[in-house]
Amino acid sequence: MGLSPTEYRLMLPMVELTIFALGILLIDLIVPREWKWINATGAFMGVLFAGVCVAQIQWALPRGGIGFLNSLLVDRFAIYFWYLFLAGAAIAILMSVRYLDIENEHHGEYYALMLLSVVGMMCMAAGIDIVLIFIGLELMAISTYVLVGFLRRDRRSNEAALKYLLLGAFSSGIFAYGLSLLYGLTGTTNLLLIQRAVSRMDPHNPVLIIALLTTMVGLLFKIAAIPFHQWAPDAYEGAPTSITGFMSVAVKAAAWAMLLRILLFGLFPLRTVYTPMIVFVAIATMTGANLAALTQNNTKRLLAYSSIAHVGYMLLAFVAMGTSQPGTPGFLDGLKGILIYLMVYTFMNLGAFAVITSLRQRDVIGDELDDLAGLYSRAPAEAVLMLLFLLSLAGIPPAAGFLGKYYIFLSLIESGHYVLASLAVFYVLFGLYYYLKIANAMFICQPLVSERLPISLGMRAALGITALATIVIGVYPEPFIRSVNWSLGIAQASHVAAVMK
Amino acid sequence: MQSHILSIILFTPLLGAFVLLFVPGTNKAAIRWIANIFALGGFLISLPLVPMFWAQRFDATQQFKFVEGATNNWIPSIGAGYMLGIDGISFLLIMLTTLLGWISILSSWAAIEERVKEYYVWFLILQTGMLGVFMALDFFLFFVFWEAMLVPMYLLIGIWGGPRKLYAAIKFFLYTLLGSVLMLLGILFLYFHHHTVTGVFTFSIPDLYKTAPQIPFASAVWLFLAFFLAFAIKVPMFPFHTWLPDAHVEAPTAGSVILAGVLLKMGTYGFVRFSLPFFPSVVMDSRVRGWMIGLSIVGIIYGALVSLMQKDMKKLVAYSSVSHLGFCTLGIFALNSTGLSGSVLQQVNHGISTGALFLIVGILYERRHTREIAEYGGISNVMPVYATITMIMFLSSMGLPLLNGFVGEFTILAGAYTANWKWAAWAVPGVILAAAYLLWLYQRVFFGPVTNPKNEKLQDLTPRELLTFAPLVILAFWIGIYPKPFFQILEQPVNQLVQTIHDNAKNSPVNAQAAPLGEKGSNR
Repeated sequence: MGLSPTEYRLMLPMVELTIFALGILLIDLIVPREWKWINATGAFMGVLFAGVCVAQIQWALPRGGIGFLNSLLVDRFAIYFWYLFLAGAAIAILMSVRYLDIENEHHGEYYALMLLSVVGMMCMAAGIDIVLIFIGLELMAISTYVLVGFLRRDRRSNEAALKYLLLGAFSSGIFAYGLSLLYGLTGTTNLLLIQRAVSRMDPHNPVLIIALLTTMVGLLFKIAAIPFHQWAPDAYEGAPTSITGFMSVAVKAAAWAMLLRILLFGLFPLRTVYTPMIVFVAIATMTGANLAALTQNNTKRLLAYSSIAHVGYMLLAFVAMGTSQPGTPGFLDGLKGILIYLMVYTFMNLGAFAVITSLRQRDVIGDELDDLAGLYSRAPAEAVLMLLFLLSLAGIPPAAGFLGKYYIFLSLIESGHYVLASLAVFYVLFGLYYYLKIANAMFICQPLVSERLPISLGMRAALGITALATIVIGVYPEPFIRSVNWSLGIAQASHVAAVMK
Repeated sequence: MQSHILSIILFTPLLGAFVLLFVPGTNKAAIRWIANIFALGGFLISLPLVPMFWAQRFDATQQFKFVEGATNNWIPSIGAGYMLGIDGISFLLIMLTTLLGWISILSSWAAIEERVKEYYVWFLILQTGMLGVFMALDFFLFFVFWEAMLVPMYLLIGIWGGPRKLYAAIKFFLYTLLGSVLMLLGILFLYFHHHTVTGVFTFSIPDLYKTAPQIPFASAVWLFLAFFLAFAIKVPMFPFHTWLPDAHVEAPTAGSVILAGVLLKMGTYGFVRFSLPFFPSVVMDSRVRGWMIGLSIVGIIYGALVSLMQKDMKKLVAYSSVSHLGFCTLGIFALNSTGLSGSVLQQVNHGISTGALFLIVGILYERRHTREIAEYGGISNVMPVYATITMIMFLSSMGLPLLNGFVGEFTILAGAYTANWKWAAWAVPGVILAAAYLLWLYQRVFFGPVTNPKNEKLQDLTPRELLTFAPLVILAFWIGIYPKPFFQILEQPVNQLVQTIHDNAKNSPVNAQAAPLGEKGSNR
């Protein structure tokens, strides 16, 4: 069987990223220690080229393309997520250069693994076949297990990696079990065919329910929803800060892409069965994460819980979507809400992690709340940007985070979930409280050390991009809303729209 | 051709904040001058609005004047637009805001010594946020200003505040946010309802005016409550007032002036602009109205009684605000044009007199660094000019004839009397109590011999401080002696508002059972 030119084109970004990853591993062998920044440059170039390739697909194949025995579906939905992954990776690379230098762990493997995990994510977002999705998931997961434990001399990092690996492997096993049951029931691994087969089955068939439950456990584990979240705070705290940022946005976005693909494509006929469970999970996630975040004194851990709380909000949009008829405003705004939230979240959360990363100095770990004390007098620009990111995370307009919350609340109102909406806005207050804890430390408390904070060029770029995106999306969201509409094919028909009909 | 005067007024302070960013933080004198120039400039730029508005004060052909922007030119995808416009009510509040903004910034000259640049930057941003709230004709835009304004106020209290500033700042932020997020849900409901009725997604307030009154009573009452909570916290109405004393006591003087003078008015403005025209059937409902009036009267009496007991001057003034704002809400829910116009005028009066009272307290605090009433006595001997101005403002605040407070309170009481004489009867003790706590405060602080040796060498008002009081004193006399122009400005919008409430309440489907989008169940 030969590959068609379209198929070559569709896999080009992934191939290109893999080549760069392997190239970095080779080059790393020969460059001396003080030239290690070449690895970062190489990785950044790789991401840029991949972005160009994706843009070419976008231009050349406006209706998307399908290939590899109908397993890889590069529609606008996938392209949207690909851009998100690449943006997240690019910013994380900018954050990493100096950080790795300080940690004395400047190895090429770091960037190679990062690029490989992006390849995995791309497979997850574009996979329409459960085998491809699973392979993508494992490629991403294994790369991140290693990255979490990358600080091999740091015990916290080792602990985090081991926990993440054990729990992650376990959940992958359950997930694979669910997928295999689905295959057994339907006789196919293609999500669209699964959907067709499932829609003809009794939704209360016990085997089908077991398959659904086990699949959902895997999916909810990956997005770190309560009660499958225990790995997240530990992994986030122990991982190198730049990787924590990367995990909290790109890995999470990939998990969401996979969740939407499986639940909205393959298992869409079962939505009356899984939506009640999601309601429960969403409430538990918001409640648990917001309460737990209130008492944290470690900023990385605090932001870990806050990112779990954000998953809770997104799950609410999913609920609004699952309970509305396809094509109604509640359904569309719910789906748009999730995509916009992920985009906004990519920038604001990476920005917040960039500030925390920059606090890492030779002798300071910089992830305790006290390390932020008086940041305003040590690094005014960073403190103001951090304030912007925190307000955005809390959902205060005109920062971008408000737009995500707006769509989620709107979809809840449109689908008639007034109680859930009230609960969600109530938890916004909790969120504001713990974000203000950080703001208080930065602006109101006195600094413990007085010397100014040096900021590297890469970090400046990372902060600049994230801050600009947070402000621009907040103040002029029109083009970004359009891009989401485009990705969902609301403007024109596409595969997703076909499914939604 | 569209006039852009509103945008110019709106963004002048923000421009000032932007300019300040480029001034080195060590050059305090330059920063102060620039901030004051932009604050005064913001006020002067708003002055041409007066003759322009005066010329069309009776023009009933258009509800909002100086409209600029369009209904969905900002975010067409969701139907949000940059649309500004004012009527007589918002015109008065905008003029009050620009004036008080300038006075507050002028009064901070000597009071703020640390982190001067930041202070003025946040203050100017706050000024733009407040103006935006009064000008916005688009709900999305309104909400952005409404929320964005909280951040600078939080920082003003949190950084330059008193000993318990952290507690006060967080309490202020969380409390106000609680109300506004519920209001957001209400806004989204109105937005979606408009779409169900007309098929158009828009946040335009004039458009929503047409559809919102058609919401059945069963849903409208919940919406009213969501909006009510946001505004009642902001006003603050009893029992949502507990954030106010903390915020006022801890805030720097200028912060208190703005908080009392302008921020509290956003709650009453919200009632007038949104609650009344959106939910006429609810506000006309006797139970809801009874609760509103009841809470207002309780606020009037309770605020006054608590003021009597205060040992801290600033706390006394803060609680007196609760009492005075009770009058404003009483006037609003009297739901006749007398009460409403009295209420809006009293909002302006409260901004003038309570703003001045906070400045007065601030001046003593700057000199002695204490606000304990017991620390003072016989101040009129050492600071005669100060004592005179204080007397004028106290009399204005307690409602003495020929001063502004009298006109406002009298009109409100007249309106309440027309609606139900018992309401007026219950509110009147508030006036008497106001006289009691203010005069008693005056007696303890100003009369008698100088008991505390630390008070013997206090400096009287400097020319700059005198300048901050001058416009307030002039306005107090003007409104007190010749309030006719103010009532003329308010006449058209208030009459129109009362008319639409009564019309809509008659036509609206009271107690209709079938809610088109309510009552679908909560979670499933």
